Amino acid sequence: MIIARLLSPESWKRWLWTVVRLVLMAGLSFVILYPILQKISTAIKDKSDLYSPIVVFIPEHYSLDNFKQAISIMDYWHTLFNTFTLSAMTTILTAVSCAFAGYAFARLKFKGSNLLFGGVILTILVPPTTILIPIYMNLKDFSLMGLIPLLTGKSVNLLDSYWPFFLTSVTANSLKAGLYIFIFRQFFRGIPKEVEEAAYIDGAGVGKTFMRIMLPNAVPAIVTVLLFSFVWQWNDSFFTTTYLTSGKVMSTQLASLPHNLSIMLEGGVATNKDPFYMSMVQDTGILLAILPLIIIYLFVQRYFVESIERTGIVG
Amino acid sequence: MKSILKFGGTKRRTYAEQKALWGFIYVLPWLLGFLLFFLIPLVSSLRYSFSSIEANASGMNISFIGISNYVEALTVNTSFNRTLTTSIVNMVINVPLIVIFSLFLAVLLNQRFVGRAIARSIFFLPVILASGVIANLETTSLVQAINEQNAGGAVSGLGTSELTRIMINSGVSENIVTYLTSAVDRIYQIVSQSGVQILIFLAGIQSVSPQLYEASKIEGATGYEAFWKITLPMVSPLILVNVIYTVIDSFSRSEMTKLIQETGFTNFNFGLSSAMAWIYFLAIMVILLIITFFISKRIFYQE
Repeated sequence: MIIARLLSPESWKRWLWTVVRLVLMAGLSFVILYPILQKISTAIKDKSDLYSPIVVFIPEHYSLDNFKQAISIMDYWHTLFNTFTLSAMTTILTAVSCAFAGYAFARLKFKGSNLLFGGVILTILVPPTTILIPIYMNLKDFSLMGLIPLLTGKSVNLLDSYWPFFLTSVTANSLKAGLYIFIFRQFFRGIPKEVEEAAYIDGAGVGKTFMRIMLPNAVPAIVTVLLFSFVWQWNDSFFTTTYLTSGKVMSTQLASLPHNLSIMLEGGVATNKDPFYMSMVQDTGILLAILPLIIIYLFVQRYFVESIERTGIVG
Repeated sequence: MKSILKFGGTKRRTYAEQKALWGFIYVLPWLLGFLLFFLIPLVSSLRYSFSSIEANASGMNISFIGISNYVEALTVNTSFNRTLTTSIVNMVINVPLIVIFSLFLAVLLNQRFVGRAIARSIFFLPVILASGVIANLETTSLVQAINEQNAGGAVSGLGTSELTRIMINSGVSENIVTYLTSAVDRIYQIVSQSGVQILIFLAGIQSVSPQLYEASKIEGATGYEAFWKITLPMVSPLILVNVIYTVIDSFSRSEMTKLIQETGFTNFNFGLSSAMAWIYFLAIMVILLIITFFISKRIFYQE
């Protein structure tokens, strides 16, 4: 009986599918993980292993020289601190302002709110390049529609400071904020209206309902937005290079790493500029830059993967 | 419930008013930012694109010169046309691949199998890693290239040439064959760009009510049929969402962005740069409209 069932075409088909799926999953996982493994293997290699034909993945001589080199060129700890502060600040402010806006668009309808939501969609659709230059000019002579010159006599230059990030994230207009507003709106729309009505009947005002009832229910959406926002801010070089011209942040440091490295090598020994060695240090730099993100991801991924399913992105 | 509604006859309106007021207050920060950092820049970008801008010590001189910036971008500038076409062609090629691939993976990740949790967290890793500067730098790694050579092409040479011959011999159109094999060759690029899309599809698939699958199983449908008859129609609205997301996501990787930035900030030709940005924006809008038009006809909505 059991053998007959095992030999039936149904079970064969199921087994075949399981195997195919396993191979597919393993293969694609390998494709995703391969660059990271590659970077790890490059980073712990000694310089002498670089040309050794027998070394592909596992190095013959281990060394941490690459790390030392990359850390000193990138000014790593300082940069890490800067990036972390910047990302954490924008992330928290963006999440707060987007949660407010998303809740209002979902539940607190007023005249013209649909029109304004159209504006949110517009901010998602317009490529940031289109408005980059006017924003740049605007921040260079920041006048807040003529208010600041009125008070102090001249406009302020906000470039090369954290102010642009602060202002855009407080006003829910930072990097990809339209998307976060959308996520929050979809999520709040999915919470039953009765919950809100019950809170009102029990005497809670709009603000209290939002703080005490809606937000605690919106943890999945909050986690999603926090993670997205943090990661994208961390990796962003587009706005960072424009707003922060001399600040030491991970993405700009990483972008200028090849340049800085070649300057340093030229400054030392005249003919030491080996392109492979440079690439090796660059790989180490990338690894160092994404390491904090990977560590964070390891901790939050469980919540993240669970929460995304309940976020109602889907709407 | 009815009695509450009746009771709230007058009170209800004030509640609604209160909600409207608070709604406006909650939206206000965004609205301010929208005006300051989006609408005004958008309008002035449009204005810049029609003017010649000279920055000097006393400030900026903006003089209206009509459409000559657009003419210059399209006819004089050496790299604009080429960059625009390549980035749009790349986008058009990649979007269907990414969307189909991520739908496929979402279906797989939704099934029960050993190690699903691990597989899921690996597949969402690209959401974190493949964005911004890291993705840009990753393509230029020399050591990686050398290693692949040494390893005899462990990853890059998956042997698509064999497959190509088989497919061409069996009479598949050559264009399709090159399209598919190029997709296989760029598998990393595709996988790394489809993290968010997989998430969206997965969430969509999980919101399909299990009763539908149960009923179809009782009626004798195979998994394959269930996919085409239930899963696909149910997630079809998300296909549109994902297509739009993929198109938007391609901005950040586009060569166009680099060219626009270079023209603006390296050559300080703000007018030309704005004109380029607007052409790019309009081109993308046209594409999005066409896609939306074609897809939205086929979407199945439950209502």
